[in-house]
Amino acid sequence: MEFALITLLNGLSYGFLLFMLSSGLTLIYSMMGVPNFAHASFYMLGAYVAYALSTVFGFWPALVGAPLLVGALGAAIEHAGLRVVHRYGHVPELLFTFGLSYVVAELVQLVWGRSPVPYRIPPGLEGTLFTLYSTAFPVYRGFMLAVAAVMFVAIWLLLRHTRIGLVIQAALTHPRMAEALGHDVPRVFMLVFGGGCALAALAGVIGGNAFVTEPGMARAVGSIIFVVVVVGGLGSLTGAFAVSLLIGLLQTVAVALDGSLGSLLAGWSVPLPSAGPLAALARVTLAQVAPMLPYLLLVVMLVVRPRGLMGTREG
Amino acid sequence: MRVLSASRNGRLLPWLWFAGALVAAPWVFSGGAALSLLSQMGTMILLCLSCNLLLGEGGMLSFGHAVYSGLGAFGAAHLMNRIGEGALDFPVTLVPLAAGLVGAACGVVFGYPTTRRAGTTFAMITLGLVELVSAAVLMFPEIFGGEGGIATDRVAGAPVLGISYGPQLQVYYLIAGWLLVGAVALRALTGTPLGRMLNAVRDNPQRAAFVGYDPQRVRYLALILSAFFAGVAGGLSTINFEIVSAENVGAARSGEILLFTFIGGAAHFYGPILGGVVGVLFSSWLSGYTQAWHFYLGGFFILMVMAAPNGLAGLTDRLWRVWRARALNGALAVLLAAFALAGGLALAGVILATEMLYQLSLGSLAGIGDAVAPLRLWGLAFPLQTVWPWLIAGALTGVGVAAILRLRRAWRPLWSAAWRQVEAAEAAASHGRAT
Amino acid sequence: MSADPVLHLHGVHKAFGRTAVLRGVDLALRAGERCALIGPNGAGKSSLFNVISGVARADSGRVVLDSRDITRLPPQRINRLGLARSFQVSSLFPRLSAFDNVRCAVLWTLGYRYAFWRRLSRLRDAGERAHAVLARVGLQARARVPAGALSYAEQRALELAVTIAADAGVILLDEPTAGMSRSEAQAMVTLIREVTAGKTLLMVEHDMQVVFDLADRIAVMDEGRIVACDGVADIRANAAVQRLYLDRSRQA
Repeated sequence: MEFALITLLNGLSYGFLLFMLSSGLTLIYSMMGVPNFAHASFYMLGAYVAYALSTVFGFWPALVGAPLLVGALGAAIEHAGLRVVHRYGHVPELLFTFGLSYVVAELVQLVWGRSPVPYRIPPGLEGTLFTLYSTAFPVYRGFMLAVAAVMFVAIWLLLRHTRIGLVIQAALTHPRMAEALGHDVPRVFMLVFGGGCALAALAGVIGGNAFVTEPGMARAVGSIIFVVVVVGGLGSLTGAFAVSLLIGLLQTVAVALDGSLGSLLAGWSVPLPSAGPLAALARVTLAQVAPMLPYLLLVVMLVVRPRGLMGTREG
Repeated sequence: MRVLSASRNGRLLPWLWFAGALVAAPWVFSGGAALSLLSQMGTMILLCLSCNLLLGEGGMLSFGHAVYSGLGAFGAAHLMNRIGEGALDFPVTLVPLAAGLVGAACGVVFGYPTTRRAGTTFAMITLGLVELVSAAVLMFPEIFGGEGGIATDRVAGAPVLGISYGPQLQVYYLIAGWLLVGAVALRALTGTPLGRMLNAVRDNPQRAAFVGYDPQRVRYLALILSAFFAGVAGGLSTINFEIVSAENVGAARSGEILLFTFIGGAAHFYGPILGGVVGVLFSSWLSGYTQAWHFYLGGFFILMVMAAPNGLAGLTDRLWRVWRARALNGALAVLLAAFALAGGLALAGVILATEMLYQLSLGSLAGIGDAVAPLRLWGLAFPLQTVWPWLIAGALTGVGVAAILRLRRAWRPLWSAAWRQVEAAEAAASHGRAT
Repeated sequence: MSADPVLHLHGVHKAFGRTAVLRGVDLALRAGERCALIGPNGAGKSSLFNVISGVARADSGRVVLDSRDITRLPPQRINRLGLARSFQVSSLFPRLSAFDNVRCAVLWTLGYRYAFWRRLSRLRDAGERAHAVLARVGLQARARVPAGALSYAEQRALELAVTIAADAGVILLDEPTAGMSRSEAQAMVTLIREVTAGKTLLMVEHDMQVVFDLADRIAVMDEGRIVACDGVADIRANAAVQRLYLDRSRQA
């Protein structure tokens, strides 16, 4: 019981972090029609910039400042780079973001070095929120959940109930019509791109000190967020939310359970080969398979239903 | 319309040049390091050519190309180990063929679900596939050697005609031979019914269906063929490096292949050849000189995407056509030279600044703690703590970029005029041929 | 020539979401007939074409081609059975030359399938057939030009060439003279009459002059149903059809 609860909470935390990361991506992907491979790089930048800011100004100014700075950088990149490449087609756009991810990774290492940086949880948020049976649930995890929830509600309200949100929604699905109606669609795109990057940076600010802040962090989450976005459906925040939680729970549970196919079959008294390829397959544990599960989900979903769970159009 | 024999010789000539270059390369660029680079280039070129069968000919962007080359490489390693143990009597020369068959088999299995969709969906499926496969590879250390991979010895089995593949020169010619065969085959493929229908499916899958072809089937077959050649390249890589690991099937390797193919140019057949050469120069040669090579590669790539989306082949093709139409007048040539000079200045400034930053931050390749030592570049010493090297770098970059921006204004009308000449000349030539 | 219809639609229904676009279409075309499909915008003509050619699947009803049920078949299978179609917006291979466009259209009927071991340049019958078709539509001088670089009228001619190249028995033409001037349209009509001689033709058209010049029969569609299907003279005299067009023009 305790095990289930703790696993559930851990899975939810991871899922909420994934959602913070992928919310910006689903908006950008829906707008550009192309996956943004540099999205995880802005996540990383958010963590590093927050680290830099927090050493000078403290955590709370960094919480606000880092997303703003990174968002502004994202908007600038969209204006100076993506817009130029956009007219060459989808493949160049995609590859541009690809190259961007390379360059950002290098720049981060250049400025802050190759080892992890000591970006710590601020003293005000340390400690235990509550103790369930014998396991402590940290305050910071609760903080993460809170920020993610606030973010979700804020974006949802912004998109659904404000004028700018309406314009964004229109520009996302029908850019030419929106332009014909007099809206500055390129500026909307720049805003959305910058906003998406700011959201990723926010995830970095929160996640960077809970987990580790190092140059490889972008690559670690880079592919998973595409699973979230594609499986959830392009442009669908609800879809991204659902799939983030699903993946968060799936992976945490799989790692925690850690049984192997062999032990399962042995439990049912099925005779197992002791050598050969089948034996190797039987020895594979659920924890080993866990990293693969999201990608399996991705492939199956794309083959069966390319527009994802809640998307309205194919990629 | 009869095909004139003169143009048939014209088509043969570039291949003769290519074959000649392959044969002569080790003599022009001699030395162990050069030979190693050439061998790597050969493998990478074949890999990029196979990738371009999908990208350029089929419009299929695959993030999972390394799956086929990597699994082919693993197949080759196992085969060579069996040969080495004496359990199998199979010439090492044909190991790439076996690796190609492994790649094709994987194409048959993985290709079916992936080619059911097109466009960005296909790209995303291949992304999922490559992550799946690279995770799976780590799960079965008995077959794939875990983190360390599988080592093998290319001097396996009895030497044939005195060739044991011990010396690197022999390995190079093996790679060159397979590269030539593969390139000829891939080129020939583009002139077959399947090849042409692949182009058709790329341009308009709906119309392809309405002339009787199943777009899915066309893409599936193309993927299997592409996977075959990728497997061959993987086998060559195993022979060359004598080790295969999970890296060979990873997303990073796939990304590299795409990068190089695109830099070379996806719209021309010989683009991937340029891409393979340039790519290996960056990753294997430049990396010996500077820590910042990955940054240069990324920056160069972004520049190419923004300024020359048809790659290096696109640039050379346009220049060649201007030359052939005799539209390269004096003013244009002077402008080109000026561009080159301005570009060189800006590049020098960027390199200087980057190298200084890297040394300051991460220490030179010689050892950490060299951050206080002056930067040794181009035979000069630039002390990092003073301000004047930074001013020089800034000045070079500033002047170069400003010059490029000024020159662009003069360039545009001249280039359009020249290009109109080219189009007129080519239209006249083709009209002359048709009548 | 048998009296059995070569293309027969039985009670075809199609809805997109909650919008019913086809509400029970019945149509029978005899071999060699030329039928024009007319009707106001939104009547469902394009959707009907899409259902017949396999782009969209009927919700209920049957489409029968030469006594073969093609309702559930994908477009390429239908094409191989002898039904070809053109599109209102020219659907070509823009990066391939005009010659290559037509050659692609004949490869399957000549039996070359997915061959990757044969050289295209050696396939004489494909090349000669492609040249012959190009000559029929008057594009032989532009054979080497990429389809994307052709003028609008040339693209429409190429669209026609690609449609008839495989010698399909049933041809669907979707607004073949759309966007053309009177003289261009007249030239296109003459061309269509020539190249579709002896074939069964179903054509969507808005230009009534074209309809009267080409068609033997006219089928009038309104709101997802065929409301009248008769010889040209009878349709012209049909009061209900006149009311349909008159009412529409009054409402507009």
